[in-house]
Amino acid sequence: MAQPLAPAGLPARPLRPSRLSLRAGRRLWLLFFLGPATLLFALFMTYPILSALAFSFYGWEGIGRRGFVGLANFVRLFATFPYSQLLANAFWHNVLVFILTMLVQNITALGLALLLARGPWGTKVYRVIFFLPVTLSLVIVGFLWALFLNPIFGIVNKLLAEIGAAALGRAWLGDPQTALIALILVNAWRWVGFPTIVFLAGINAVPDEYLEAARIDGAGEWQTIRHVIFPLLAPAVTIIVLLTFIGSFNWFELPYVMQGVAGPPNRATDVLSLFFYRLAFGEVDTGLQDIGIGSAIAVLMFVLLVAVSAVAAVLLRRREVEMA
Amino acid sequence: MSDARRLSWQPLIQFVLVANAVLVLAPMLIMGLSAFKTTREIFQNPFGWPAVWRLENFSRVWVEARFALYFRNSVIVTAAAILIILALGAMAGYALGRFRFKGNDLLYLYFLSGLMLPIRLGIIPLFILMRDLRLLDTLWSLILIYAASGLPSAVFILTGFFRTLPTDLDSAARIDGAGEWLIFRRVMLPLVRPALVIVLIYNVIPIWNDFFFPLVFIQSDRLKTLPLGMTAFFGQYYTDWAVLFAGLTLAALPVITLYVLLSQHFIRGLTAGAVKG
Repeated sequence: MAQPLAPAGLPARPLRPSRLSLRAGRRLWLLFFLGPATLLFALFMTYPILSALAFSFYGWEGIGRRGFVGLANFVRLFATFPYSQLLANAFWHNVLVFILTMLVQNITALGLALLLARGPWGTKVYRVIFFLPVTLSLVIVGFLWALFLNPIFGIVNKLLAEIGAAALGRAWLGDPQTALIALILVNAWRWVGFPTIVFLAGINAVPDEYLEAARIDGAGEWQTIRHVIFPLLAPAVTIIVLLTFIGSFNWFELPYVMQGVAGPPNRATDVLSLFFYRLAFGEVDTGLQDIGIGSAIAVLMFVLLVAVSAVAAVLLRRREVEMA
Repeated sequence: MSDARRLSWQPLIQFVLVANAVLVLAPMLIMGLSAFKTTREIFQNPFGWPAVWRLENFSRVWVEARFALYFRNSVIVTAAAILIILALGAMAGYALGRFRFKGNDLLYLYFLSGLMLPIRLGIIPLFILMRDLRLLDTLWSLILIYAASGLPSAVFILTGFFRTLPTDLDSAARIDGAGEWLIFRRVMLPLVRPALVIVLIYNVIPIWNDFFFPLVFIQSDRLKTLPLGMTAFFGQYYTDWAVLFAGLTLAALPVITLYVLLSQHFIRGLTAGAVKG
C-alpha cells in the first residue's frame, strides 16, 4: 500500500518477488516515522482539548468529576450571580483589547510599513529595531513597564513632570479609568513590530509594474496607496486581524504579570483567560474553584476562536483566488 | 518629478522612524542603565548615566535570587523540547511528504488542526493528565507539552519542504539498496536544513518565553523556568529596584544577543506562517 510518491503518469514500479515483504516493511517504517509524533500530539493536544469540551457537561467537586449534568454549567454561568456579571465584564474587556489594539497597534504598524516600503535611508536597521521587542518575554515586558508606570518612582510620571505636565501624571495601573488602556499600550509596544513586518512584506510583494502603471496614469501618492496597495494587501490584513483577534481573546500573561490574577483594580483588567484560570485553579483569596463553569467558559472561547479562524481562512482563500 | 517629491518627504519620514526607534529602544536602554545604579540613584536620576558602573546588582540576582538555576531549567526545557520537535517533526514530515499511503491527507490535516487549537483551553484535562502520569512539578511536563504543541508547525513546514525535493533522490538511493533510515538521515534530512532552522526559530522563542505552563505545572522553586522564577523574584525584591532592573536585564540579555546576531533569521522565522515565501 505504501509507496514513494511518484509524479503522476509514471509507470508503476515493476512487481518484484519480494513485494509482499516489502509492503510489510514499508508499513513498519511508516509506523516508525509517524507513530511517535502522532502519539505525542494525540495525548497532549487532542485528548486535552476534547476532554475540556466534555468536562463542561459534568458536575465537579474540586478536581473530582461527578455525574453528567447536561447544560447546567452553562446555565449557571449565564444566569447566576456573580458568574454572569464577571463573564460579561471580562468578555467586554477582551473586545476592548481587540478594538483598541487594531486601532493603535495595527494602524501604527501599517503607517510604519508604508514608510519603510519607500526604502528610506536605514530601512534595514529600522526593521531590526522595530521587531526587537517581539522577541522579549511578556513577563519581562510586563514587569519593566509596571516599574515605569509606578505612580511615584516610575519614569512615565517623572517624564511628564519634566515636560511640565505633572498634572497628567496618575496611578496608571491603579486607576480603573486607565489600567486597561495602559496594559493595551504596553502590549502594543511589545507587538507593533510584528504587523509592521507582515504589512511591509505584503507591500513589497506588490509588483513594481502596478505602481509604475498607476504613476503613468497620473495617480497621486494617496491614490496609489488606496487603489493599488490596499487591495493587494488584503491577505496580510486578514492574517493580522485574525492573529490580533486570537491574541486579544487569549490575553493572559500581561494582565497577570502587571496586575495579578484577580484583574484589579475592581476587575477593571479582568479578561476571559484570567476568569477561566481563577475558576480552574481557585481564587487566590477565597480559594473558590469551579471546574464545571471554568470548562463552560473554555468551550465558549473555543467555539469563538474556531469560528472566527474558519471565517478568516475562507476569506483568505477567496481573496487569494481573486488575486491570482 | 516623483523623485523630487520623494526627496522632499525624506526628513519627515526619517523623523517618524527615528521617533519610533527611540520609543522602542529608550525603555530598554533605561532598563540596562538602571541595572548598574543603586535604588536611590534610580529614583533620583532615572534617565542619566550611572555615577559608578557597579556590577553587584547582577551578582546578587545571579546567586541570591537563584537566576543561575532558573536559567539552567529554561535551557534544559527549551533544548529538549526543540530536539523532540525537530526529530519527530522531521520524521513525520518525511513520511507525509514522501510516501503515498491511505490516510496520508487525513493525518496531515489532523496535525494541521493543531495550528488552530488553543491548547491552553485544555489546561484542566492537561493538569489532570500530568498528575495521573506523575509528571506534575517535573521539567518533563513542560518538555512534553511544548514538544506536542510545536509539532503542528513543524509537520506543516517540513512536509511542505520534503514535497518539493525531487523524486529521483530517494528513488536512486533506494535502487542503490540504501535502507529507509539511511535515506532519511543521510540523503533527505541534510536537504531540509533551511526548513529545520525555520522550525527551530518559530518554536524556540515562544518556548523560552512561555509563562503559562510553568505557572500551572511547576511548584518547586528549584524547577522554575526563567519567566516563572521572575515572578517569585519580583515578589521577593519588590522594593529593591536596582536588583529588579538587573534581573530584567539579565533575563532579556540572551534573547537580545541572539537577536542582534541573527535578526534576519528571527524575523523570518517568527513571522513564518503570516508572511508567504
